[in-house]
Amino acid sequence: MSTPIVSSPQAYELAANERSFVKWNIYFGFAVLSVGVLHGLRQALNYAGVDTMNSIPGMHGYYQGLTVHGVFNALVLTSAFANGFMALTTARGFNRKLNPALLQAALWTLLLGSVMASYAIFSNQASVLYTFYPPLQAHWTFYLGLALVVISTWLTSFALFAAHYGWRREHPGERIPLLAYMSLVTYWMWDIASLGIAIEVVVLLLPWSLGLIHGSDPLLSRTLFWYTGHPIVYFWLLPVYVSWYGMVPKQAGGKLFSDPLTRVAFLMFLCLSIPVGFHHQFSDPGISPTFKFIAAALTFGVFFPSLMTAFSVMYALEIGGRKNGGSGLIGWFFKIPWRDPSLSAQVLAMIGFLLGGATGLINASYSINQVVHNTAFIPGHFHLTVGTAVVLSYMGIAYWLVPYLQDRTLWSPGLARLQGWLYFVGVMFLSHGLMSGGLRGMPRRTMMARAAYAKFEPSWHVPGLMTGFGGIVMFIAVMLFFLIIIMTAFFGEKRAAEDLPLTETIRPPDNRGWQIGLDNFGYWIAITVALIVMAYGPFIVTYMPPKLTSPGFQAF
Amino acid sequence: MKIERYEEIFLGLSAVVLILFLNALLYAGLAMNLRVPGVAGMIDPAKVRETPPFDHPGLHQIAPGKYQAVIIGKAWSFTPKTIEIPAGSEVTFLATSVDIDHGFYVDGTRINLMLVPGQISRTTYRFDKPGTHLLLCHEYCGLGHQFMYGKIVVNKTVVK
Repeated sequence: MSTPIVSSPQAYELAANERSFVKWNIYFGFAVLSVGVLHGLRQALNYAGVDTMNSIPGMHGYYQGLTVHGVFNALVLTSAFANGFMALTTARGFNRKLNPALLQAALWTLLLGSVMASYAIFSNQASVLYTFYPPLQAHWTFYLGLALVVISTWLTSFALFAAHYGWRREHPGERIPLLAYMSLVTYWMWDIASLGIAIEVVVLLLPWSLGLIHGSDPLLSRTLFWYTGHPIVYFWLLPVYVSWYGMVPKQAGGKLFSDPLTRVAFLMFLCLSIPVGFHHQFSDPGISPTFKFIAAALTFGVFFPSLMTAFSVMYALEIGGRKNGGSGLIGWFFKIPWRDPSLSAQVLAMIGFLLGGATGLINASYSINQVVHNTAFIPGHFHLTVGTAVVLSYMGIAYWLVPYLQDRTLWSPGLARLQGWLYFVGVMFLSHGLMSGGLRGMPRRTMMARAAYAKFEPSWHVPGLMTGFGGIVMFIAVMLFFLIIIMTAFFGEKRAAEDLPLTETIRPPDNRGWQIGLDNFGYWIAITVALIVMAYGPFIVTYMPPKLTSPGFQAF
Repeated sequence: MKIERYEEIFLGLSAVVLILFLNALLYAGLAMNLRVPGVAGMIDPAKVRETPPFDHPGLHQIAPGKYQAVIIGKAWSFTPKTIEIPAGSEVTFLATSVDIDHGFYVDGTRINLMLVPGQISRTTYRFDKPGTHLLLCHEYCGLGHQFMYGKIVVNKTVVK
């Protein structure tokens, strides 16, 4: 027995304007990535002691490049990809058109915001990294540009929520199709999560950069940033989970085990992603260790739905592997369709995420964090999460999505298969280098090739070389990815339109009983807000009003 | 279905492991005093050098074997740059920043603080073994960030 995850399993055609919206977002995201990884390569080389930072005309050194790398890869690419991909999965899930004006506005806002932030960064007026902690002060176009990028995600979310509203009116009493459900929860979580950064930028930083207010509040700004800065990683991850739950089982020849379990996992992400931001501030002054411990406990809670995901996805892969003749406890794993580059890239991304999750748990572990906080261990960790689980999955998804959007077959599946493995090997070296260096005290976000103290620490040498080597391999792999995507878009063999690879579920959603409550987002949003008030309320109440005592510094 | 039994076991084990880990951290915090930095007071970043104890940065002995190290972070140096203590000393660090966010990380220890303008950071650590530790700024603080460091020298002379 199996149940579809969309409202109409047969017959679907993506509207022309929606296809164009998805294309623009995905291709713009990848274009942004191409600039971001160029600077990533330079940072990896820098860890190996090779300083290339003054070799690009018009660029002013390491930290400007590091800002490009963080803002482009972690903020712009991810927002663009989520907007495009979740619009597609929502439209497909409901079999319904999205509001064209909202999509249009979202796209233009994203492009305008990206151009403004890029102007500030490339004119060397915003080398503040993607965390932009005041009192380091960027040009106002940087803050306004980032605000517009966030607003573009809100506009996209309004298009998704409007589709949900319209569908609900026509289908009273029906369960939300699972594919649309996952996409909607992703954006509900993000809309609530992004309020922190929005308030920080619009209320505190933008007026300050324009000279309207004369001081910034460094601690309050950090707190607002991390209110958004942790759940943003779930905004990166959940679109990928939509693929892992909704498409990977089909690509592996299996099925998704449980519809209700999937919904519960997504709701746990909604409720628990946000009230955990203090775990990024374990080393900050001015915040009670009690609040920090509560954040640690809730972070352990949000680890749980990822373990649920591991179970569901592995079971789906196992069904596929056994169907292909795999047997034994792990024999099935070698029999999943590894020849499909889209699947192999995403399974490798999952393997990377096992390590990324484990290292994340280390970071979240309160006092243990003191050993690794702000060392190179942290970028080592998040190149396994956002740098592997997310980005390698984006590439895997692109291997069916670009053919889907272009009605062309994938150019050179063999090269695409190699590409995923190459990236995986590269990031393993890079992350191992960064983490082993970090455990020996190597700091993060530092121009190591010129660090005055590196000569005292010979134990950083080998980790630095590994980081550099891994970065070179990753860079080659990403260039290969661009080659494959461009060749597919222009020269792939023409084919008839195909549908998305959509799985079915074994355990269906129930139209009666407790499960109906899962579709009632109002309850879950109320619980989310209550948890946020519990986690942040005591700090905010005791801290307010803002202490606008710090003038701006342009130390770059 | 067999898979439903496995599902229960997997989810049950996941919950048990997470709860065990969390309780280990709680135990370390309460029984072994392994905690993260907390609230140590606020300070006007424009008046750091006039405000005690930052009007006298440096190492101050407060009892036999016990010291207070008062350190100011500024782009791109620590004041003082080096402190020397005998092995076995317990040092309470009080630090702040006069300009932008800095890091305060002592290699080979669990001293790991952020220096945020307007806030005082505090931690206590016992240096048992002789040797030299690097004190690093590990938060980006502008063009010269990679030059911002200091040293903590632990001498062989034992605390009396």
